[in-house]
Amino acid sequence: MAWQGVIGLEVHAQLRTRSKIFCACPTTFGAAPNAHTCPVCLGHPGALPVLNERAVRLAVVAGLALDCAIATRSRFDRKNYFYPDLPKGYQITQVTAPLCTGGHLDVATAAGVVRGRIHHIHLEEDAGKSIHDASPAGTLVDLNRAGTPLIEIVGEPDLRSADDAVAWLRELRAILRHTGVCDGNMEEGSLRCDANVSVHRPNAPFGTRCEIKNLNSFRAVRDAIAHEIERQQAVIDAGGVVLQQTRLWDAERSRTLPMRSKEEAHDYRYFPEPDLLPLHVAPELVAELRAALPELPAARRARWSAAWGVPAAAAAVLCDEPVRADAFERALGAGPAADLAAAFALFVTGQVQAAHQRSARTDADVDAALPVLLDVCARWVQGRLTNKMLADVLQSAFGGDAALGAELERALAQVGAVVTDAGALAPTVDAVLAEHADQAARYRAGHTPVLGFFVGQVMRRLGGRGDAQAVQRLLQQRLDQ
Amino acid sequence: MLHAALSLPGAPAVMGVVETAHAIAAGAVRASDVAAAALARIDAFEGDLHAFLHVDRTGALAAAERVDADRRAGLPLGPLAGVPVHIKDMIAVAGMPLTAGSKMLAGWTPPLDATVVARLRAAGAVLIGKTNQDEFAMGSSNENSAFGPSRNPWDRTRVAGGSSGGAAAATAAGLGCGGLGTDTGGSVRQPAALCGVVGFKPTWGRVSRAGVVAFASSLDQVGTLTRSVADAAALYTAIAGSDPLDATSDPRPVADCAADLTEAKDLRGVRLGVPIEYLDAADGLDAGVRQRIEEALATLAQRGADVRRVSLPHVRFGIAAYYLVCTAEASANLQRYDGVRFGHRAALAPGATLDSLYATSRGEGFGPEVKRRILLGTFALSAGFHDAYYRKACQVRRLVHDDFARALRDCDALVGPTSPVCAWPLGAHAHDPLAMYLMDIFTVSANLAGLPALSVPAAPHPASALPVGLQFVGRAFDEASLLRVAHAFEAARGPCAWPAPAARSE
Ligand SMILES: [Zn+2]
Repeated sequence: MAWQGVIGLEVHAQLRTRSKIFCACPTTFGAAPNAHTCPVCLGHPGALPVLNERAVRLAVVAGLALDCAIATRSRFDRKNYFYPDLPKGYQITQVTAPLCTGGHLDVATAAGVVRGRIHHIHLEEDAGKSIHDASPAGTLVDLNRAGTPLIEIVGEPDLRSADDAVAWLRELRAILRHTGVCDGNMEEGSLRCDANVSVHRPNAPFGTRCEIKNLNSFRAVRDAIAHEIERQQAVIDAGGVVLQQTRLWDAERSRTLPMRSKEEAHDYRYFPEPDLLPLHVAPELVAELRAALPELPAARRARWSAAWGVPAAAAAVLCDEPVRADAFERALGAGPAADLAAAFALFVTGQVQAAHQRSARTDADVDAALPVLLDVCARWVQGRLTNKMLADVLQSAFGGDAALGAELERALAQVGAVVTDAGALAPTVDAVLAEHADQAARYRAGHTPVLGFFVGQVMRRLGGRGDAQAVQRLLQQRLDQ
Repeated sequence: MLHAALSLPGAPAVMGVVETAHAIAAGAVRASDVAAAALARIDAFEGDLHAFLHVDRTGALAAAERVDADRRAGLPLGPLAGVPVHIKDMIAVAGMPLTAGSKMLAGWTPPLDATVVARLRAAGAVLIGKTNQDEFAMGSSNENSAFGPSRNPWDRTRVAGGSSGGAAAATAAGLGCGGLGTDTGGSVRQPAALCGVVGFKPTWGRVSRAGVVAFASSLDQVGTLTRSVADAAALYTAIAGSDPLDATSDPRPVADCAADLTEAKDLRGVRLGVPIEYLDAADGLDAGVRQRIEEALATLAQRGADVRRVSLPHVRFGIAAYYLVCTAEASANLQRYDGVRFGHRAALAPGATLDSLYATSRGEGFGPEVKRRILLGTFALSAGFHDAYYRKACQVRRLVHDDFARALRDCDALVGPTSPVCAWPLGAHAHDPLAMYLMDIFTVSANLAGLPALSVPAAPHPASALPVGLQFVGRAFDEASLLRVAHAFEAARGPCAWPAPAARSE
């Protein structure tokens, strides 16, 4: 029997608060090193943590969105270890009594719905950043990130393949974004993932697991898990034993490397954080946050499908980012334009996304232009723009300097109207037929596929602006005469 | 020994907190004269007491002159306007160096005032300097100060107690009207007892710890050292109350305890419990101390108190539990002293490893007792031992807490000795840490239970004439009742004698 991967993800998500979890320093990304620090997040003697209420609310929202139980009384613990970017010498986290427990997240995959259960979600503070290669004098430490509020979402080992894991993580990110808990930006580190991977034969106990750290893109998650499953299979197939290890993903060389073994694992000497009282979350607050939960991406996709027939794949892409999904709904409005929804969804996730990826435009710029893009899509669907005209409009608009909406309007005006009128088409059609009398003869001799050649010739001469059907009709008329 | 023996000519600094505040408010003395006199007494005593690690002459005189100017301008004065006070070196005073008695922090100056210091300043107090202490408040004799011990004003060959030994010695010698200490296992009350002053530790959570160097956070509490209970109440009232910078500070309002103590009341109807474990069945309790405590109990009964025996069956495990909890927390609290961001950093050859930076910086910066406690605490929390030591200690702590809760249901306060012995000769226990730990036997339980506790001088020891401390432990957040009882005892006891500058026994 084949080996099967067993995967559980541990996801660190930065909460969307203005200030850090235990002090008033801002959490904005990209400030000068150590600009966002104070005695608390520098770990000065005598400085004490004061819990950010907004961080607690966001963590509760995450728990509710993932069907967790919210503990009315949870607790903070100290996780002790020495590292230069850990100013106090301990991280304040929740180990024995986390804020959220249980819960699950279902994702649709090719093989059906996969349920990834959630063991718990806890609140904690982030560490700073050690920069090892910026100065010949030694390692530099930037503590701007120290004390940034995080939740760690600890998944059960319910996933069975790298693709499952990516789908689960993608859905988790969409939920965290829809609920405003986390911006989900993996490049800036606001969403980070570790994967616990083991292999087993179906129905046999799970094998020894390795934890892979430092997975900061979906690609890294997919590749690292796939490689690790292969590596463990190879070890076992060669008669070896998988060792419990923490491994690091080396994306450049596509491999995982051992970081430390079980024997070298830190003894974190956890104990309750005496500077913070137990965290009480009133049932009233939980009820209030539950009532205020926004529509989650799965429900939104289902609604789009039922009401508008939007295909699942396009809906998934659009609902990845709630700002985009909102802009999409706003552009469609409630009126008759909703008929166009399915086509528009495919258009936005197809041609528009392709053009966007080739350009330097921002998501916000594209989101703001969605109403004009809807107009473009409508014209195209209704045949008022040919494929060629559409491609020209998109290329010209995305390449322009002004806002995308304005550029689209300009490009639409420039491209003009499709030529459908037989009278207007006739001179071109007649000229082409005259130039290719031999081909016309072949057609008339019964070689009808030649018609395509004529349509292409006419369209080229019209700069792509001819209505293909009208052109074809007129050609047939003339040839059949 | 008489009050008069203390007074340098025209030196009002030997007045207490309340008396000084009144005299300045009434215009009877100028704040700058009070400050100058306090500084002059520091000059006279400091050479052999070594009570201070830093004296802020300029700052003190400037603050006092501001009080005088405010008074001349008719501006309202704070309740402690012009009162010279000292601050234990565990507590941050912006602009004054802070060492916590350790070489590890030598040269570090905190950027901000601790909340308690900011509140003293707001009340008009004049901050005269930072008092000596055992390193990171770990010690019962002040001999663990990296800068040399404070000495007992009653007998310079003896210890001042610890860890707030500098504050107790300074207070006893009249170097300022009083001051702030910190009490983790008796560090305010025990030196107060040994130096013959009042040491008051409020309920855990009553006074902000923001800006106070952490030793064992769940036990640490800022307290006061003064020459009277009324003075303790005055300082306490100024510093107590919730603080947004300390999440563990309690929101309950603070009664004005100072106003409550204007006249001595009798103790009719007050039920005082004497834990048999602290007196009748106490091991190692000095006979002279026992005698003075029993006399004090008689005095309390004469004033109308219902003095009865109670039992706290689990307090005999208190010392063991205390030394596991406090060392465990200390091992974490002291991890920030790693030579990376502030404090002592070892000079290492280029290319030295990170581990050697940590090991050498900490090896050089910490003294032996601090290292001993870090090792003990690290061990108590480590995998495989956590349940047997740290967790078990927390369970004992809960039992001790419950013992006190039970006893304080039927009693208004508990009373007994503060320290089993009087001040001992310097060096007597220096090489016997366990004997030293046992000096805290009567004080640690109040910290384990988080309760307010106060040491007030009883009559001097019958043989040595050294001070003996009587300890009261009260109900959580009822500091007012505790202070009333102690105040009544103090009135019944009569005036205490204070050590004179000339009273040296060498
Ligand atoms: Zn900060």
